[in-house]
Amino acid sequence: MSENKIGVYICTDCGIGDALDVEKLQQVATGEMRAPVCKTHPFLCSDEGVNVIKEDLNNEGVNKIVVAACSQRVNQDAFDFDTLKYVTERVNLREHVVWTQPPNEETTQLIADDNLRMGITRAGKAEPAVPNIMDINRTIMVVGGGVTGLTSALECANAGQEVVLVEKSSELGGWSKKMYKGYPTAEPYSELTKPAIDKKIEAVKGNDKIKVHTNTEISQIEGQPGMFNVTLGNNGSSETITIGAVVVATGWKPYDPSKLEHLGYGKYKNVVTNVEMEEMASKGAISRPSDGKKAESVLFVQCAGQRDAEHLPYCSSVCCNVSLKQAKYVRELNPDAGAYIIYKDMRTPGLYENFYKAAQDDDGIFLTKGEILGMEEASDGSIEVNVNHQLLGKEMKIKADVVVLAAGMVTNLLPEGYEPNNLTEEYVGVMEQKETQDGVIEELMPTPTTLHLKYRQSPELPHLKYGFPDSHFICFPYETRRTGIYAAGAVRHPMDSNQSVNDATGAALKAIQCLEQTSQGKAVHPRTWDQTFPEFRLDSCTQCRRCTVECPFGVLDEDEKGTPKENPYRCRRCGTCMGACPQRIISFKDYTVDMISSMIKAIQVPDEGTFIVCLICENDAYPAIDMAALNRMNLNPHFRFISLRCLGGTNLVWVADALSKGIDGLLLVGCQYGDDYQCHYIKGSKMASERLGKVQETLDRLMLEAERVEQVQLAINEWDKLPQIMEDFYKKIDDIGANPYKGF
Amino acid sequence: MSDDNKAILVVGGGISGITTAVEAAEAGYNTIIVERNPYLGGRVAQLNRYFPKLCPPYCGLEMNFRRIKTNPKITVYTMSELESVSGSEGNFTARIRKNPRLVNEKCTACDKCVEVCPVERPNEFNFGLDKTKAIYMPHEMSFPMRYVIDKNVCTGSSCAKCVEACKYNAIDLDMKTDSVEVNVGSIVFATGWNPYNAENMDNLGFGKIQNVVTNMMMERLSAPNGPTKGKILRPSDNKEVKNIAFVQCAGSRDENHLIHCSAICCMASLKQATYIREKAPDSNVSIYYIDLRAPGKYETFLKKVDEDENVKMIKGKVAKIEEDSATGDPVLTVEDVEGGGKIHQTVDMVVLATGMEPSLKAGAAPGVKVEENGFISLNGQSGGVYSTGVAKSPGDVTTSLQDATGAALKSIQSVVRR
Repeated sequence: MSENKIGVYICTDCGIGDALDVEKLQQVATGEMRAPVCKTHPFLCSDEGVNVIKEDLNNEGVNKIVVAACSQRVNQDAFDFDTLKYVTERVNLREHVVWTQPPNEETTQLIADDNLRMGITRAGKAEPAVPNIMDINRTIMVVGGGVTGLTSALECANAGQEVVLVEKSSELGGWSKKMYKGYPTAEPYSELTKPAIDKKIEAVKGNDKIKVHTNTEISQIEGQPGMFNVTLGNNGSSETITIGAVVVATGWKPYDPSKLEHLGYGKYKNVVTNVEMEEMASKGAISRPSDGKKAESVLFVQCAGQRDAEHLPYCSSVCCNVSLKQAKYVRELNPDAGAYIIYKDMRTPGLYENFYKAAQDDDGIFLTKGEILGMEEASDGSIEVNVNHQLLGKEMKIKADVVVLAAGMVTNLLPEGYEPNNLTEEYVGVMEQKETQDGVIEELMPTPTTLHLKYRQSPELPHLKYGFPDSHFICFPYETRRTGIYAAGAVRHPMDSNQSVNDATGAALKAIQCLEQTSQGKAVHPRTWDQTFPEFRLDSCTQCRRCTVECPFGVLDEDEKGTPKENPYRCRRCGTCMGACPQRIISFKDYTVDMISSMIKAIQVPDEGTFIVCLICENDAYPAIDMAALNRMNLNPHFRFISLRCLGGTNLVWVADALSKGIDGLLLVGCQYGDDYQCHYIKGSKMASERLGKVQETLDRLMLEAERVEQVQLAINEWDKLPQIMEDFYKKIDDIGANPYKGF
Repeated sequence: MSDDNKAILVVGGGISGITTAVEAAEAGYNTIIVERNPYLGGRVAQLNRYFPKLCPPYCGLEMNFRRIKTNPKITVYTMSELESVSGSEGNFTARIRKNPRLVNEKCTACDKCVEVCPVERPNEFNFGLDKTKAIYMPHEMSFPMRYVIDKNVCTGSSCAKCVEACKYNAIDLDMKTDSVEVNVGSIVFATGWNPYNAENMDNLGFGKIQNVVTNMMMERLSAPNGPTKGKILRPSDNKEVKNIAFVQCAGSRDENHLIHCSAICCMASLKQATYIREKAPDSNVSIYYIDLRAPGKYETFLKKVDEDENVKMIKGKVAKIEEDSATGDPVLTVEDVEGGGKIHQTVDMVVLATGMEPSLKAGAAPGVKVEENGFISLNGQSGGVYSTGVAKSPGDVTTSLQDATGAALKSIQSVVRR
């Protein structure tokens, strides 16, 4: 570590110089904060301004740069100094002070002074990143040999990557191999296609970059991106290989049709599922299972068990197109046959509408919105279906030789015997008693199905609703809670093979990208620029396991005693572990518990008047304040903002630091948590709120009210609500009264 | 791993183009984004919230902008268009036309120029529902955070008040169109979509009846940074909207207009129903549809909205919309498909769930073959040319971004193969 030399550079324009006493700021920097270099410039982000800083870096030995000017969100390219050599700290005087406060008021100056104190403190405590670079393995392992897995493998290989493809069964191709025909995926969207799966299988088998393991299952994966050790089991023998990243493409299974007795399945032989229909067609003819009679009429029941809280509450996305396809080949195989499709809503989104249209143009395909009221077997073996024809508003009976239930898809992540509509959160498994420091607790022991990860938190990917290990982010469809492991295809969301091919390619890119970022010691999304790593002072660890439990990404494993075991390449640098640790032993080079504590201590709390510190999420709350500033909204002047990587990093010691210093209230502003969470780190803001649930313990020792600490949820576009949120909290704290520690 | 490799050109800086460029750059490849607008973000920048989470698109855009700002492998050209392409996979030469912004990189976004500008223009970001000055910031979260001058309305050097007001010499009224030539290995078209022109549907009254708006206008009317600061007020008299009707498939699934289903409009209307319901507890919503398309897990959102007693979903075809001239209220005539007969309904405002029309027109754009329907299919393209997002096929944001991430890998393959 080289010697600290802090340079403070204050920009005086964009109204900063007009609204603030810049000389006073300089005194704060050089006087009480003892910065050896402090300069002002009327246009700091100009080439000339930046050159002033550069000269000090080159000639004065400045290595910690405090830019007191505009928001860190703007002019980042101007103040872009090498993060491996320098610390750059942006103090927001423009948006967070002069654009949200009246000019030349004492309170305005006080905010600016404090912001500068905190910025200089932060810079003083921060060190440049030291990337942790190790040799990594860049082989991608693809799990599952269906259309998704085959595509991922080929796409990786075509980009020059080595691939290991693992398939449980004896042959490649998955469901696609069993398909009689596919529905069209290109103009003019009217003709059925022969599945191209055989060509894909040949391409994979013939590719010397892809090693295929059939009849193979994974018995264990341990390690981290770039260095996963995978134990493969094949007919009793086992082999351990090293790979870099994983694509999980294990697909789907049909919903258990035995649960669809109300639609005749199991009761009548001539009621089959859409999967059974496909198998039948592959054999060359559509006939009645009961007696082999050639089917003259086939009736399709859409949403068989789907969109139904009792069965699958979701829509499987593909079944409307599948039934249209099957109706079409019923007619192709026997032009005299008729097909009936009874639907709730016909769902053929996007360009598939053309396919729907082509089916509507066929007089032999009868389509209607309707409800199945009942069915019974006629004496001739056909099924008489009682349909409420909702377009005509009347009941009608349709006689069909075969009834096809358009049943849905269930993710293969779910172990056998679990219902998608009735799952425990995140993981499925069995409850077990566990001995811990806090006594015996009940803990869910997740059931392994596919990956058998040797991770402390679970052997499989955590799931969202209905068992799908999907991303919860609309903007980031490949966000994963297990770094380097990406789900693709129908295992993670109901989708057809066309979309699965696209998804397989996207997941392949993410796997390759994870290894590229890892090779540079950088995090993957969202902090893709970040080369710091969490560091643990394990000699002070009390094995409380909070960090290993709370990490949203399952980074930390445990030894037998409960001491965390690091896996730096799994880490996403959110700092949730740092916030969780009561011993304060976890830190990053540029982000530590002590740093924020010191910033709080650097604030000059006025002897009188309600005074509040506000911890804000840098991803959403910080920009929201900038937006309030752009709209020139006035904010309550008795708040000081401290930005965090995520509220998940909030350590309760900061509450004690703030309140024991006489600060009257602490407001946390972060992202929404709960079902529709918006936290970029999955559950950072939720962890903060859970910790605050226990804040009373901390405050009891100080004999203070728990209400002095509050967390609010604010989205990035809710800046218009910010002034009121601040006013309300200010009023609440003001009503509670002054902190008795004030002035001590 | 790839500094010797050629760059990847991404045409279009909406969320799909941004995703392709950022994902490829983080895999180690140089990427170039060419965007016609003065800002990145495209259509999603105009959305108030995403379905089904009801979260703001700017949350994800902000994160993507941060990834762009911290990644030297990404070059962004705004106000720029692809002019010509020559060469082949692995070695294309592309000419990019840079239209003059009249504001240079010295701009600090201090706003002094706007204070003095005497000229106003309709704000196209808000679909003309309000105005900006001739020099303006497209919106609060614009990236890059820099002003732009609409040179069609700016009176130029005869006024030059902004030039005088700008301390930073950031305004250059003489800025000329410029062009730059780049050598790239592959090209990804992420040119996105435009809202279908609702005036084409004569019977629905758009353009003639003030209180008939499109779903994209509804997004702006609901957004905190929109023309009404997030209060849903109807255009004719700024009355708060309490009774609203949504007309699904306005132009989509219609042989006279767009043959395709635009894939998002059902979910968009369900989402917009929540905007109204959240703002006014006594509001009423009617949604007239052909089929309610909420695929996959979106079903849960449909169910949630359907549980609201004040939201009615009616399978019906809107035959015409007329205006009550006394009140300005739109009056709908609907063929009730399930109940039979006709429904007549008077509401405060009608939202047309207009569909997505691909931005490019059929025929040949520079470097790419466009299908009859305006979409860019992957079939028939020359090597190294790809499409993604809605330029390829109509879809929601998540599906587009899965595809855009895949397009990043396809474009990389064209670069490493050489």
